[in-house]
Amino acid sequence: MGDTLLEVRDLHVSFYLTEGIVRAVSGVNLTLQAGRTLGVVGESGCGKSVTARAILNMVQRPGRIDQGEILWYGDPDYPVDIAQLDSRGPDIRNLRWGEIAMIFQEPMTSLSPVHSIGNQMIEAIRLHHNATDAEATQQSVELLNRVGLSQPERLLGAYRHELSGGMRQRVMIAMALTCSPRLLIADEPTTALDVTTQSQILDLMRDLQDEFGMAILFITHDLGVIAEMADDVAVMYLGKEVEIADVDTIFHQAAHPYTQALLRSIPRHDVVTERLESIVGNVPDPYNIPSGCAFHPRCHHYLPEECADPELVEVRPGQWALCARTPEFLPASGERTNA
Amino acid sequence: MTAADDRLLGVRDLRKYFPIWKRGVFARHVTGQVRAVDGVSFDIARGEVLGLVGESGCGKTTTGRVILRADTPTGGEIHFTHSELGEIDLAQLDREQLRPVWQNIQLIFQDPYSSLNPRMTLEQIVSEPLRNYNVLEGSALRDRVAELLLLVGLRPEVMSRYPHAFSGGQRQRIGIARALALNPQLLICDEPVSALDVSIQAQILNLLKDLQQEFELTYLFISHDLSVVRHLCDRVAVMYVGKIVEICDTDDLFNDTRHPYTEALLSSAPTPDPRVRRRHVQLQGEVPDPANPPSGCYFHPRCIHARERCQTETPLLRETRPGHWSACHFAEELELNVAASASDGTT
Repeated sequence: MGDTLLEVRDLHVSFYLTEGIVRAVSGVNLTLQAGRTLGVVGESGCGKSVTARAILNMVQRPGRIDQGEILWYGDPDYPVDIAQLDSRGPDIRNLRWGEIAMIFQEPMTSLSPVHSIGNQMIEAIRLHHNATDAEATQQSVELLNRVGLSQPERLLGAYRHELSGGMRQRVMIAMALTCSPRLLIADEPTTALDVTTQSQILDLMRDLQDEFGMAILFITHDLGVIAEMADDVAVMYLGKEVEIADVDTIFHQAAHPYTQALLRSIPRHDVVTERLESIVGNVPDPYNIPSGCAFHPRCHHYLPEECADPELVEVRPGQWALCARTPEFLPASGERTNA
Repeated sequence: MTAADDRLLGVRDLRKYFPIWKRGVFARHVTGQVRAVDGVSFDIARGEVLGLVGESGCGKTTTGRVILRADTPTGGEIHFTHSELGEIDLAQLDREQLRPVWQNIQLIFQDPYSSLNPRMTLEQIVSEPLRNYNVLEGSALRDRVAELLLLVGLRPEVMSRYPHAFSGGQRQRIGIARALALNPQLLICDEPVSALDVSIQAQILNLLKDLQQEFELTYLFISHDLSVVRHLCDRVAVMYVGKIVEICDTDDLFNDTRHPYTEALLSSAPTPDPRVRRRHVQLQGEVPDPANPPSGCYFHPRCIHARERCQTETPLLRETRPGHWSACHFAEELELNVAASASDGTT
């Protein structure tokens, strides 16, 4: 276990729209250790991307961080609360990209269409370092080389539309590395890519993590990708974490009914299933989150008298679940919940 | 490939080239061709589910569209056994002749948001094919719509509402109800669950499986997701740059593939189990441009098993053992064992 790098405490983010208030994140707690990968998994609308944006204090209006602390242990003795920083001020701008870098799902929209790759990389390097153009160019070439792009000198003059999806994501990763960040936030970085390209990018991210020792916050809806990448996992549903544990526990001894149901509902390429156990109903409307346990309308274990106000409880050492009934139906140690 | 008497669809050497235009001084002229579908052949038996998998740009969607004749093929034959007209070659038909065919071949789309007209009610959407072919009218039409909605798990009372009131999964159910309205013989499903959330995917996959078994439907199931294909399909065809590289029974494909591309595809797919972090067969480079494919075997620049012969000689799809077709020169001798590397548990 490394040192704590980032701690999110009781984070609440809401979007104030004319149609109503969307409580996108309501009470999320995360702890990220230096050099480790935390996977955040959930379906669309569960608040995983908003959490990531909040960590960089760049929730877009009409969204707002209502309450909570985002403690950045850049200096272990003097944590900075990112939520309190001016979102356009110099402090947060140094943190963004300098210490915490982010890559997005669609690299097409993260790269400028009218600037060459070289222009964008050199600008980023020079913004954060005292480097001459020549030094920045040199560093860009090295980084592009490092992320597995051939002919990096030629690439510097290329524009985003000339690159394939996999190449764009590699460029984004190279840009994220320009300042040797201590935390890389990856928001669905491989969702838009084909499987063979996805596996290349995942391998690259693992290698770079070993080399640079950065922590990764990996956000995805894909349980297969989580299983491959994460050390620890937070499962989110409608703005709350429903379960937190290390990756092996999540996949083999899941405690929360939602995690269990999710694992049983996915088809697998390595196991033949006659019929999938689907989760009943739909993901509720975000304006209208069910009261009490938000999962209760879809839960097999729901009891009206018990499920009114679940709290996050530690069901086993290091495993937390937001469910009032978990202790009653906890699978025995070692039993596979997804078999 | 399958016995001719229960064959519903037989595709032979199907080709679809898209011209690349360049504007000249006086007129546009063709400078090249994108070979989106390049000599594809397969059969689908009645009541069978054939999966068509491949990465984006491999031509799987174009194949589906050409079979439906939404696009005109550049060449090849599409033999379809029509319930009334008998066996016909769809590639030869014009628009007027295709009308009765479209009654028998329907399409389920990937995106449930753009495939439903937002200004039509559910009743109008689902009844449109029936009205189009004058199959039913009046209260019988309404009853049929109600029946179809029940079939796909929606309450008939919702038929006067508009699509915006429904979630992605419910919309996909509406799209399936519309596709089933005319009792088609063949359903072409183009990535029907790719746009859906994880917990909703299972519902739609179960629905498609139930409907298939209940009505003995025939699906051409287009997908990039190997786990979905394994769950639903009887046989699978793997496409790479416009060609089928392997076609066989689903279990056979996953347990004993005879093509290096399939091996790479299978090993790239992430497994939802952290105890099986396995060695990937890492593919170098990217999918080639179908306008300018490599010589010989299209896969040779990325293939870890490639030999000299692969650079010059294009392999043909051949039956390497009964029911298992592979387009690799060395299909019989290569050691492609995905299952073994999956269980050794190393990172």
